[in-house]
Amino acid sequence: MKTYLISLFSPDGPPPEDLDLTRVMADLEVVNADIRAAGGWVFAGGLADQGSATTIRTSGGVTDAVLTDGPFVEAKEHLGGLSIVRSNDYDVVLGWAERIAKATGLPVEVRPFQGENEPGQAPTGH
Amino acid sequence: MAVTSADIARVFRAEHGRAVSVLIRALGDIDAAEDAVQDAFTVAVERWPREGMPPSPAGWIITTARRRAIDRLRRESTREVRQAESAVLHAVHLTDGPDEEGPVKDERLRLVFTCCHPALSREAQVALTLRLLGGLTTPEIAHAFLVPEATMAQRIVRAKSKIRTAGIPYRVPRDEDLPARVTSVLRVLYLVFTEGHTATAGDDLGRPDLAAEAIRLGRVLVELMPDEPEAAGLLALMLLTEARRPARTDSSGELVPLADQDRSLWDATMIAEGHALVRRCLRRDAPGPYQLQAAISAVHTDTADAAGTDWSQVVALYDHLLRLAPTDVVRLNRAVAVAELDGPQAALGLLDGLDLTAYAPFHVVRAELLGRLGRSGESAAAWERAAQLSDNAPQARHLRRRAAATAAEHK
Repeated sequence: MKTYLISLFSPDGPPPEDLDLTRVMADLEVVNADIRAAGGWVFAGGLADQGSATTIRTSGGVTDAVLTDGPFVEAKEHLGGLSIVRSNDYDVVLGWAERIAKATGLPVEVRPFQGENEPGQAPTGH
Repeated sequence: MAVTSADIARVFRAEHGRAVSVLIRALGDIDAAEDAVQDAFTVAVERWPREGMPPSPAGWIITTARRRAIDRLRRESTREVRQAESAVLHAVHLTDGPDEEGPVKDERLRLVFTCCHPALSREAQVALTLRLLGGLTTPEIAHAFLVPEATMAQRIVRAKSKIRTAGIPYRVPRDEDLPARVTSVLRVLYLVFTEGHTATAGDDLGRPDLAAEAIRLGRVLVELMPDEPEAAGLLALMLLTEARRPARTDSSGELVPLADQDRSLWDATMIAEGHALVRRCLRRDAPGPYQLQAAISAVHTDTADAAGTDWSQVVALYDHLLRLAPTDVVRLNRAVAVAELDGPQAALGLLDGLDLTAYAPFHVVRAELLGRLGRSGESAAAWERAAQLSDNAPQARHLRRRAAATAAEHK
């Protein structure tokens, strides 16, 4: 069993006016229900806008932390949401990611966590 | 009969894919499988010349590789053994899962689909396919694609690492994914072939080794996917194209256009095999882009001279191809056939609006058509433009000569 991060990338600025958010959320919920049914669900959530981000640096861990108001990387697109799933079938994970990309119209990245077992803390309610 | 190192090298190429694919399945790790197969061939080099070639060289290699892999596991530290064991368990888990579908006649089929998995870059797909299925060495692949060995080695290491880390499965895709995945496999092979046929850069027109390699792997694919007509179509297309190689260049290495080629130089065996494959595809009546291109090649290679070509048949096949693959390159090739059927003026009109101005063959076609219309000034400019866009030395020389000849005509 491997754990994968599915990241969604949102363009900066307010969402397009013709975006039917209710519809997107409903479509996403269908995918999420399938992920749950397959036993792959770990966590998913959307992030608040990147203006709310704070970046913390310690110069290689030696100096005191310096806080910056804003995201780590200024780019045209930023991490807008994420989904963490578990599966022993990479093609199935790619299939979920493709459906998330279709539901949201956003580019999506799939990346495995290190190691075979549960990364970090075991998810609660698991 | 004495077994020479050339014999062993031939077995290595022919059986590498089969042996590695079985060992990957057993060991759950590509590197370990490659090492084991390499070890087995090292033993073969020692023993075959003395004891003779075993009745089933592939079987011998696989058995020896298995033993070597077990020996290796025993020799290595407990920690690594544990990891290897977990890898084997993992592989069994992955490959024997309930979602394993479709008949697997040959382990090489899994290998092909893993090498050509869409999560790998096209370059990585090509390199892995040639290395694992084709048994080519990293330096050979690097040489064939004119990249430094270190670059190619890094590309292969990176691809294998992604397969391991991301968990790219070692199996034949599910039915619903199969058509797209087969297309990806065929494209990788065709890419190898076209690079062998007309190299994108360099001093030689093509690299016959690479084209021959693509044809060999094409045969493997047809054997592995007997129900996939596009695999047969691709093999036919490659054979009918490769058959014309001896006539494509003259004794000084210059390019000879199709219409001027000495057809007695064509490889009759390859043409016969290609035609037979095309007929089999026609009977099956499930046309796809490779089958249609093969059918077009079959029409071109069906007559003793260029004048006898059935151009209305060629145009009809391009019409069909255009419905399946509506690209400007197909429109360009169709225009060439239309020129033979309806004249250069009609064909020239078809070139308007094609987004191919950075594509050398587009300017070659324009140059030909303009020349036939007596517009030699424009024709010479088009030849020149085509030459500028070609990085292949013999091709560029040929185009420059045409440019100069046409310009002289104009004066």
